[in-house]
Amino acid sequence: MSALQKVYTKISQVTKATCSLKATGVGFDELAYIHGRLAQVVKIWGDEITLQVFSGTEGIPTNAEVVFLGKAPTLKVSDELCGRFFNAFGQPIDGGPEVDGEEREIGGPSVNPVQRKQPSELIATGIAGIDLNNTLVSGQKIPFFADPDQPYNQVMANVAMKAQADRIILGGMGLTNDDYLYFKNLFENAGILDHIVSFVNTTEAPPVERLLVPDMALTAAEYFAVDKNENVLVLLTDMTLYADALSIVSNRMDQIPSKDSMPGSLYSDLAKIYEKAVQFPSGGSITIIAVTTLSGGDITHAIPDNTGYITEGQLFLRKDTEIGKVIVDPFRSLSRLKQLVIGKKTRADHPQVMNACIRLYADAANAKTKLENGFDLTDYDNRVLDFAKEYSNDLLAIDVDLKIEQMLDTAWNLFGKHFSKSEVSIKKEFMDKYWVGKED
Amino acid sequence: MNKTTGKVVSIISNLVLVRIEGNVFQNEICYIFLGEEKLMAEVIKIIGDIAYVQVFESTRGLKPGSKVEFEGHMLEVQLGPGLLSKNFDGLQNDLDKMEGVFLKRGLYTPALEDDKKWSFTPLAKVGDTVAAGDWLGNVKENWLDHKVMVPFKFEGEYTVASVAEAGEYTINDVVATLKDKEGEIHNVTMVQKWPVKLAIKAYKNKPRPYRLMETGVRVIDTMNPILEGGTGFIPGPFGTGKTVLQHALAKNAEADIIIMAACGERANEVVEIFAEFPHLEDPRTGRTLYERTTIIANTSNMPVAAREASVYTAMTIGEYYRAMGMKVLLLADSTSRWAQALREMSNRLEELPGQDAFPMDLSAIIAGFYARAGIVYLNNGSTGSVTFIGTVSPAGGNLKEPVTESTKKAARCFYALSQNRADSKRYPAIDTLDSYSKYLEYPEFIEYSKEKLDENWVELVNEARNVLVRGKETEEQINILGDDSVPIDYHITLWKSEFIDFIILQQDAFDKVDATTSLERQQYMLKKVIKVARSEFKFDSFEEVAIYFKRLINIFKQMNYAVFKSDEFNKSEEEANAILEERLVK
Repeated sequence: MSALQKVYTKISQVTKATCSLKATGVGFDELAYIHGRLAQVVKIWGDEITLQVFSGTEGIPTNAEVVFLGKAPTLKVSDELCGRFFNAFGQPIDGGPEVDGEEREIGGPSVNPVQRKQPSELIATGIAGIDLNNTLVSGQKIPFFADPDQPYNQVMANVAMKAQADRIILGGMGLTNDDYLYFKNLFENAGILDHIVSFVNTTEAPPVERLLVPDMALTAAEYFAVDKNENVLVLLTDMTLYADALSIVSNRMDQIPSKDSMPGSLYSDLAKIYEKAVQFPSGGSITIIAVTTLSGGDITHAIPDNTGYITEGQLFLRKDTEIGKVIVDPFRSLSRLKQLVIGKKTRADHPQVMNACIRLYADAANAKTKLENGFDLTDYDNRVLDFAKEYSNDLLAIDVDLKIEQMLDTAWNLFGKHFSKSEVSIKKEFMDKYWVGKED
Repeated sequence: MNKTTGKVVSIISNLVLVRIEGNVFQNEICYIFLGEEKLMAEVIKIIGDIAYVQVFESTRGLKPGSKVEFEGHMLEVQLGPGLLSKNFDGLQNDLDKMEGVFLKRGLYTPALEDDKKWSFTPLAKVGDTVAAGDWLGNVKENWLDHKVMVPFKFEGEYTVASVAEAGEYTINDVVATLKDKEGEIHNVTMVQKWPVKLAIKAYKNKPRPYRLMETGVRVIDTMNPILEGGTGFIPGPFGTGKTVLQHALAKNAEADIIIMAACGERANEVVEIFAEFPHLEDPRTGRTLYERTTIIANTSNMPVAAREASVYTAMTIGEYYRAMGMKVLLLADSTSRWAQALREMSNRLEELPGQDAFPMDLSAIIAGFYARAGIVYLNNGSTGSVTFIGTVSPAGGNLKEPVTESTKKAARCFYALSQNRADSKRYPAIDTLDSYSKYLEYPEFIEYSKEKLDENWVELVNEARNVLVRGKETEEQINILGDDSVPIDYHITLWKSEFIDFIILQQDAFDKVDATTSLERQQYMLKKVIKVARSEFKFDSFEEVAIYFKRLINIFKQMNYAVFKSDEFNKSEEEANAILEERLVK
């Protein structure tokens, strides 16, 4: 610490997450060390400064030493980031040396919307529940909605490995140590560690620290996407725990909570992160795949609800008891950007095949309700039920690994096997070309 | 004039408290000096010598003691030729004039071009008596007749003292001089400023809407019509197609000017508009749609306070073109984000909150905004209109939340998007039975529809609606009693309603032909499906009903996909008639 910095030693107020003291010449959002712990200015009221202490205020005495750093949180960016694991403050946790590079403020400005390019590159994952029904596009932001017992981190890692990104940035928030090691081993074993940068806040670290993780990860992502023109994939897991940390802070700052005890600014807070997903005109891109864990599949809770309004769709994981596998639910999942690529970058029949499958799957759901209520099923009901089971197993299950053409052919085979032409009801030009069943 | 100044004393995120030396007024604009940068802010509360200002930018690094200068006016927009084909942010900064990929804090760019020449033709003559909003001259903006008007701020009557000759002028050249009652001369240029939070009222009167605003979307035009100068809103959970529907309206609606306010929504959706609109052909003129469009983009990651301003900026530009006698369609996506911006500020001001922590006066603010839409008779007798359709993003899809409830009281058309319909890919996912258009009951509209559409138009619409209601009731009964425990007639009733659903209500926004349906075609198809709904059919078992109607739907859908009255269309129609003959009871 330089000798010029003024040191304060008189704290006037301490709460569970914040400290207040009288100080002058302090800027908003500025960092400080309190008792050796990193803190950030969240309120300036005359000469009284309130600081949010990331690791909590346990044991902080009223005469603790406070030093202001005169800058907002920063990250040093360079190619040295690759292959490394950092904590929420950007400090190495893998035993390696400090990273040297250009120091950049995290949480920087937004991209001018007129400078963005329209995303147009398809990201193939091999999973039909994604590629066929909810196709991903580079520059997109999309979360997995999953209950805590579903293998969302595995599915996300799987997607990341297949997505052929130049760079993968992992932002782990409240990751269990087991999951942290899972990601670490997976990346090491795949031999792609040098393509990956990780910022991890494990459950052992204080929750408020998490608030820095997305901005750290995205500052690194912007370095690779803007300075290096790379296609960067950012994985954020678990955003629900991030939002929980937001509510802890706002609660301790006596803010009036809105729905589900979340701060009124939740939408803007989440949007600031997700909107960093972008296709740059120079060729680089940032794609964000996140995880939002749900409580009992409830998507009306403030966190998934606000997320859904911000992200370009969601991938909803659900266990299909019929086939005993986890599937990407075709009803609740959506990729808003798929229209930019399906039928254009993929085969022309893609949009119609996708919709026909889902419509028939919906008919199966109705038939199932009838069955559960003890009614007789029609011949059509029985056929849609058979179709649904095979559709679920051959296409929706997350263990499917096919090329998109193969997925479409699989769907046509299922149509031909179970239905007549008028039941499938697809535009004539595609029927003429791909129909494999009997004529009406 | 000396500007009032002040010094920053407190900072909580984008709420800044300023100790003022002099007088300020509510909603006055000020600039906070932060190093080289100037941050724009608006006064939202004054207590003693402390002004509470909301800053339109990030306040990172701002320190107490920073200098503040007050500007002596409210948040204003520049109005003049050159607003079309522009992409503005919520404060009317021209986004295309900003340098660099990232938005720089404190960078403000002019909305209009000072050096561009416009071809001016005078409309008023020396000696004419004129008032605010009266037309003095005409300039060609793209291909539209942009009127140069007596500035809206001018009160009372004036006499035209001089008018410039036809020729090329910049927006700042004096094109007319006006003499007031005291004999003082006032210069008029092509550009004027207006505070966005105040409605422009330079018109004679505002009647009830009566003319249909054609949108090309069947479930709107046929079933729940919106009128020129009318108001509507689209609430819906995420993923139900709000934005796709709004884009469809923008592309196909029969308006002179389209203003889209992307208020706190996704940047990529705005990019889609930026990318598509310059290439979309305007079906009515053969030019591009972009030439008559203005976009206000304040995406969700842009500053919250500017988001609040963005809808007002859009409305003011809309009212400006209305005063020229144009039909303006204003779309805002989404007004919930605007309400949330109000909430964030109210929260920081530590106001006592209403429901869900929204400000208590939310209802009044929303109603006040919707009231600015409308059709008007201008002083010269011609009409102009602002039709407003906003989307609402109800938290958790719950339509009982404050923003939806408040909007419901203010808007006349309600387009309910249904999760069930979206799940089964029945797009647009507007639930016709939950939706309504109060305009269907307006005698003015009934009169209009008799003349322009069909003698029995409203009756036909209501008949279609009844078929849908009966279909829904029957479906519930079938679900309770079982397929074979109900008479076959029940199945026929259900399938007639499904038939209307598939042929009229559902529409493929991504199909070239089906994306937009002309009024003539809508009339034709409505009559056709009503004929089917009125027909009696004969079946031996309930299974036959579904199979038969699916065939019928399939063939009618091919009609929807074909160009109206083309060979393909006619062929499908013949086929449809043949299928109908099979089961018809004569």
